[in-house]
Amino acid sequence: LFPGSVLGAGDTVRDVEPGSRDYLLADHGQRSLHRVLDELTATFAVTGDRRPRSLRRTWLDTFDWRLYRAGLTLEHVTARGASELTRTGPDGLRLTAKPGQVRWPALAGVLPPGPLRDRVARVSGIRALLPVATAASQTRELRLLNEDEKTVARLVVDAASLPAPAGTALPTRLSVTEVRGYQAAARRARRTLDGVPGLTLSPMTPLDAALRAAGRQAADFSGKVDVALRPAMPARDAVATILLQQLDIVERCVDGVLRDIDTEFLHDLRVAVRRTRSALKLVGDVLPGELTLRFASEFRWLGDVTTPVRDLDVHLLSFPPMAARLVAAAPTDLDPFQAFLARRRAAERRKLNRALRSERFASVAGDWRKALLAAQDARRVPPGPRAADLSAARTRRAYGRVIKLGSAITAASPAESLHTLRKRCKELRYVLEFFASLHDPSVYRAVLGDLKRLQDCLGEFQDSQVQREEIQALAATMLAQRAAPAPALLAMGELAAQLGVRQRKARAEFAERFAGFAGGAGRRRIAALTAAAAS
Amino acid sequence: MRILATYNIKGGVGKTTAAVNLGYLAARDGYRTLLWDLDPQAAATYMFRVRARVKGGGKALIQGTRTLDEAIKGTDFGELDILPGDFTYRNMDLLLDDAKKPTRRLSRLLGPLDRDYDVVILDCPPSVSLVSENVLHAAGTILVPLIPATLSVRTLDQLTDFVAGFNGTKPQVLAFFSMVDRRKRIHREIAGRLPQERPDIALATIPALAVIERMAAERAPVPAFAPRSAAARAYRDLWDEVLKRTAD
Repeated sequence: LFPGSVLGAGDTVRDVEPGSRDYLLADHGQRSLHRVLDELTATFAVTGDRRPRSLRRTWLDTFDWRLYRAGLTLEHVTARGASELTRTGPDGLRLTAKPGQVRWPALAGVLPPGPLRDRVARVSGIRALLPVATAASQTRELRLLNEDEKTVARLVVDAASLPAPAGTALPTRLSVTEVRGYQAAARRARRTLDGVPGLTLSPMTPLDAALRAAGRQAADFSGKVDVALRPAMPARDAVATILLQQLDIVERCVDGVLRDIDTEFLHDLRVAVRRTRSALKLVGDVLPGELTLRFASEFRWLGDVTTPVRDLDVHLLSFPPMAARLVAAAPTDLDPFQAFLARRRAAERRKLNRALRSERFASVAGDWRKALLAAQDARRVPPGPRAADLSAARTRRAYGRVIKLGSAITAASPAESLHTLRKRCKELRYVLEFFASLHDPSVYRAVLGDLKRLQDCLGEFQDSQVQREEIQALAATMLAQRAAPAPALLAMGELAAQLGVRQRKARAEFAERFAGFAGGAGRRRIAALTAAAAS
Repeated sequence: MRILATYNIKGGVGKTTAAVNLGYLAARDGYRTLLWDLDPQAAATYMFRVRARVKGGGKALIQGTRTLDEAIKGTDFGELDILPGDFTYRNMDLLLDDAKKPTRRLSRLLGPLDRDYDVVILDCPPSVSLVSENVLHAAGTILVPLIPATLSVRTLDQLTDFVAGFNGTKPQVLAFFSMVDRRKRIHREIAGRLPQERPDIALATIPALAVIERMAAERAPVPAFAPRSAAARAYRDLWDEVLKRTAD
C-alpha cells in the first residue's frame, strides 16, 4: 500500500488555500487511520511514507508575538541533519527556506536571502525570533494519486508530543492539503474523511495545541499597557493593577536584557520603568504615602542604570539608514566609530547586567510587588475616589499642563522649552494609556492620534539634538583614545550635520503640529473623553 | 519576479530537461516557481505527470478569455507549479499575430503573476517564430543550451545580435554547454575553453548522461529521483551560477 516516497527529504507541501482543516484522530492513530485509508483507496491510489519520520518542530516568534498577532506562523522543522523553515499566513502563501545551521534566538537577517526572509523580516523588524513552542513529531506524508500517478492531494498524519521530560502527547492530527489545479480531489478526500467515525475537526492550530499542552498561551506578552479596569473600582486598586502590569513587563524582560537577545527587551523594560515613575508622580498619591517616596528613588536608579546601553543602542540602530545617506563620506568611513560604539556598549552592558543581578534590584522588584498586592487588598483599601474620577481629573490636569506650556512657546523660545513640553506630553500619554480601558475606544484612538503626531515632532527635535551632542562627545573621546582616523571624524561630522538638519525641520513643523493638537477639535475630544470617564 | 527562458533554434539540445531541472531546483531553494511549457509537444508537462491540456486551449490564454492563473497546476514538488503545454499551442503564432503588440503579448500575460511567483521559466519550442520572439521579449535572461560545436557558437552570436536590436530593455543571454560527451575530444576542448573566454557562456556544463534521458521514464526531475548523480550535481552548479549571474 505504501511504496517508498519518491520525494526527497527537503520537499514540502504547499497549501493552495489558507487554513487547511485539520482532523484529530481518536485513539492516537492506528485504528482510525486504517479506516481512513480503507475509505480513501476506494477513490485514490495512496502512496508515500511507509514509516513515520521523526521531526522536531520549533515554532518561532518574537518575544512580543509579532508574527502571531499578524496571523503568521513560522515553523522550523529539523530531521536527521535536514532543516527547513516554513512560513504560513492569512494571504495563503506558504514559503519555505533552508536556514542551515542557525541557533535561536536570532534576527531574521541571518536567514538565507529569499521571499521567506523578506516577508518574515518585514513583520519581526528589529526583534529576534525565538522558540515559543517545540514538539517532537512522528509524521507520515501520504499522497493521493490519480490514474497518471500524479499527486492530486496530500494527507499528513502527525503524532506529536512535547519534548522530554514533559513528553505530553498531543492529539494525532490528520490534514488534507490541496494541490493547485486539483482542488476537486482534496474536496473529495475531505468528504470521505467527514464520514469516517473517530475523526473530529481540530478546534485549534498545531501551535496553539503545543502551547496549551505546555501550559502557555499565545500572545502572553506585550510591552504595552494592558489592564482591564472598571470605572467604579477604587482608584487605589486601579493604580496598583496598572503598576503590577508594569512590574510584570520589567521582570519578564530582564532575562532577554541579560542575554542580549535583542535591543527591545531593554527598551520595553525602560518604558515600563518610565511609566512606573510617571504613575508614581501623576497618580501615586492614591497609594499609601510611604510607597511613593521609597520607590520613586529606586525606579529612578533603575532608569539611570539602563540609560547608557539604550543610548548606544539608539546610535547603533540608526547607523544603517544614516550611513546610507552620507554624501561626502563613504559608509565604511564610519567603521571605526561603529567599532568604538560596540566596545563601549559591551562595557556598559557589563555594568547593566551587574545592576540587574544585584540584591538591590531583586529587593526592589520583590518589595514593590508585595507592596502593590497589599495596596490592592480590598479589606485594607479605605474609601477613596473611583478609578473613573481619578482618570478624568488627572487626564484634564495633564492636558492642561501641555496646553499651557505649548501655547507659551514661540519661534524665539529656547530648545529647553520644547524638551519640557515633550516630558509633559509623555505624562499625558501615560495617563491616557493607563486608563485606556475606561474610555470610548474611538474617541481614545483619536485623542492618542493627535497626541502622537505632536510627540513625534518633539521626539525628533530632542533626539536629533541629543544624538548630535553625543556624537560630538564621542568624537572627543575617540580622539583622546587615539581611535579616531580622520575619515571617521569627517563622516561623523556629516552624521552630526544630518541630525542638525532633522532637528531644524522638526522645529519648523512644531507650531503647526501643536496647533493641530490644541485646536478646537482636539479640545472637544479631550472633554468628551474625560466627561465620559467620570460619568 | 525573475523570468528565465530556455531557448535554442535547434531542437534536441537539452532545453526542456534544463527547464524542468532548473525549475525544480529553484523551488527547492524556496523560490515560488512557475514553469510554462510553451511547446505543443508538452514534454515538460509529461515529465511532471500533468495532463497536456489547457481549458480553451492556447486561444483562451492568448486572447485573455481565461487567465494564466486558472490554468496553472501544482506539481508533485513543493513550490513548483506548471502551466501545461497543449497541442493547440502549435497555432500560437497565428493567435499572437492577431493580438495587439504581437511581440509583447506573453510579457503582458505574465505581468499579473508577479505577486505569486519569484521565478518563471519559459520552456520555448525550437524555432524562430512569433512565439520565440515573444519569449525573448518577456524574459530577463535567455538560457541557451549549446552542443559543444563550432556552429552552435555561431547560433549564439546570431541570437545575441538579434536581441541587441530590441528597443527598450534587452534580455541577458547566458549560454551553457549541454549534452557534453567527455569521450569526444572536440566536446572536451570547446566546453573547456569557451566558457573561460566568453562571459556569456556559463562555466557550469551539463554532461550527456543516461540518467537525464531517464527523466521521461521516471517522469520526474533528475535531482528528485537521482539526487546524488553527477547530472543532479551539474544542474545544481548551473542553477547556482544562473542565480548568481541574474541577481536582481
